[in-house]
Amino acid sequence: MTGSEILFFILAGLLAIAALLVVFQRNVVHCAMALVAALFLIAILFLTLQAPMVGVLQILVYAGAIMVLFLFVIMFLNPTTLEARHGLWRRFGAIMALLLAGALVAVTTNDNPPADPVAATELFGSPEALAQSLFTEFVLPFEIASVLLLVAMVGAVVLGKRER
Amino acid sequence: MVPLSYYLILSAVIFTIGVLGVLIRRNLIVLLMSIELMLNAVNLTFIAFSRFLGSTGGQVMVFFVMAVAAAEAVIGLAIIIAVFRHRQTLDPQAMQLLKW
Amino acid sequence: MIIDIAIVTAKACLVLFMILNLAGVLGWIERKGSALIQDRIGANRASVFGFAGLGLVNTLIADPLKFLTKEDFIPPGGDKFLHTLAPCMALFPALVTFAVIPFGDVLVLGERVINLQVANINIGILYVFAFASLGVYGIVIGAWASNNKFSLLGAVRGSAQMISYEVAMGLSVIGVLMAYGTLELQEIARSQGALIADLLPESWNVARLAVGWLPAWGIFLQPLAFLLFFVAAVAETKRVPFDLPEAESEIVAGYHVEYSGGKFLMFFAGEFAEIVTASALITTLFFGGWQVPYLQREGFYFPWGGSWLLPHLAVVLLQVGAFTLKVIFFCWLQILLRWTVPRFRYDQVMRLGWKMLMPLALVNVLITALVIFYFQGTS
Repeated sequence: MTGSEILFFILAGLLAIAALLVVFQRNVVHCAMALVAALFLIAILFLTLQAPMVGVLQILVYAGAIMVLFLFVIMFLNPTTLEARHGLWRRFGAIMALLLAGALVAVTTNDNPPADPVAATELFGSPEALAQSLFTEFVLPFEIASVLLLVAMVGAVVLGKRER
Repeated sequence: MVPLSYYLILSAVIFTIGVLGVLIRRNLIVLLMSIELMLNAVNLTFIAFSRFLGSTGGQVMVFFVMAVAAAEAVIGLAIIIAVFRHRQTLDPQAMQLLKW
Repeated sequence: MIIDIAIVTAKACLVLFMILNLAGVLGWIERKGSALIQDRIGANRASVFGFAGLGLVNTLIADPLKFLTKEDFIPPGGDKFLHTLAPCMALFPALVTFAVIPFGDVLVLGERVINLQVANINIGILYVFAFASLGVYGIVIGAWASNNKFSLLGAVRGSAQMISYEVAMGLSVIGVLMAYGTLELQEIARSQGALIADLLPESWNVARLAVGWLPAWGIFLQPLAFLLFFVAAVAETKRVPFDLPEAESEIVAGYHVEYSGGKFLMFFAGEFAEIVTASALITTLFFGGWQVPYLQREGFYFPWGGSWLLPHLAVVLLQVGAFTLKVIFFCWLQILLRWTVPRFRYDQVMRLGWKMLMPLALVNVLITALVIFYFQGTS
């Protein structure tokens, strides 16, 4: 067991626990904090996969902004009533999810030997490499994404306004 | 070096936990959070493949997925607030009829 | 391998030691400094056998003991787990962001060259912004777990203020990144060792005589960015004039009103550690970091031709000392600012962040881009 494998198993275990906490906690704020922990762990996994720029963006955007928005909305709506349990759907949902997990794992562990990782240059995953790709090959999706964010902002403001 | 299939299995497990959350929780906000969990599992798959194939395309894709997920979370939460103002509950079962 | 780990651990311990000590000392300097400004004596009751030790007794013994021995309670109806987690989430970003700030050039021990920076990652300053954005959780969770409407009010104000000024902070730094061409803080600090004469074209004789002897510090290349970043950093740390989230006279300490004892110490130390980190960032980006003007790795090389060679250890000590002095200066400046200007109103804070700082930061980026384009076109 090399060091990187031990690190991976620790991170994977913690990530699975955090994801289960998100789904099974009764208190919504606890779910949100568990999701923040899960996002943070995923960012660390990105760092181990030679994607430091995307990892840091994950913390900056997802854990630092989107989850704060979630927490704001939770505090604003203040859902204090516990939700009711619906027994039949719960078991059905769990069976479906297990079937899905089985199918996905079967697909991803096929008989082909796993490809050896291509040797990463020092620039791989760095801001330079990402920027090079983003502003030459993918400049059109980049501009469309900025328009998308503008539309989302306008939409959120319109939806959030109180009716007069 | 951790083999690629480990990352894919981890991503599948997280995705499934997200799907489980969508299916069994009856709280709109937790539903949205489970969707975010699914998106992150997919991001992990993209980054793992990007590393193992040596192409930056996976990371660029994750960049865009993050932007779209941000926009979707914002709109989703705005919709939840608007619906809560009328229904005073976050239970999806209470919103299954189109008529008020 | 083991030696590498040991070196990084030693650097990390040194950095943590420096921040936490400075945070403690700043608490005492705040009390004595505010007393001097307000023409009173300040804290003078703590002493050991009549020996007050210039505030050392207060800082090292009295204050920590006072905080740690107070009763630690969780408000009834409050969330137990989150109430304990919130101060940790407030302290964590303040300590961790220091990992990428360079406090010296290199230390050469035998054939081993040690970079005086805990972690030299290629994303540099984005790491700082990522963890600064995690600072919002401390206030939001702290207020929610307190089950107190005043806390919640302070937290909502504080978090809105923090996320608004994060935008202004990030945009104002883009000009600096364009001027130095890199995200890594050690490279930015190293680039500030050049003289402005090296950046100007050969034919501009008057300009080279007038300002060419200045080192290429960020304050000379990006003065507008410095002002914007300073204001945004002070707003991020929630210090006066932006301290409405924890206003003492209005909402009774805002989001940390239900905290006492060790947990309040963590909020308190976190705020002062943020002051130290903000000062360190301002120093590294705009004031040359560890650079002493005209000091290269071998010694002084003056622009008028003279030189003064120094042994390596003297150079390292000069550089680390220069960094420490600059950081202490900016910490002192922020403390001075607190007791001089009154507090902003909440709508004024929001207006400043969105309507004044952000457009000015964008204008700064535009001007920087035009200047760089012009210089690249002529050279």
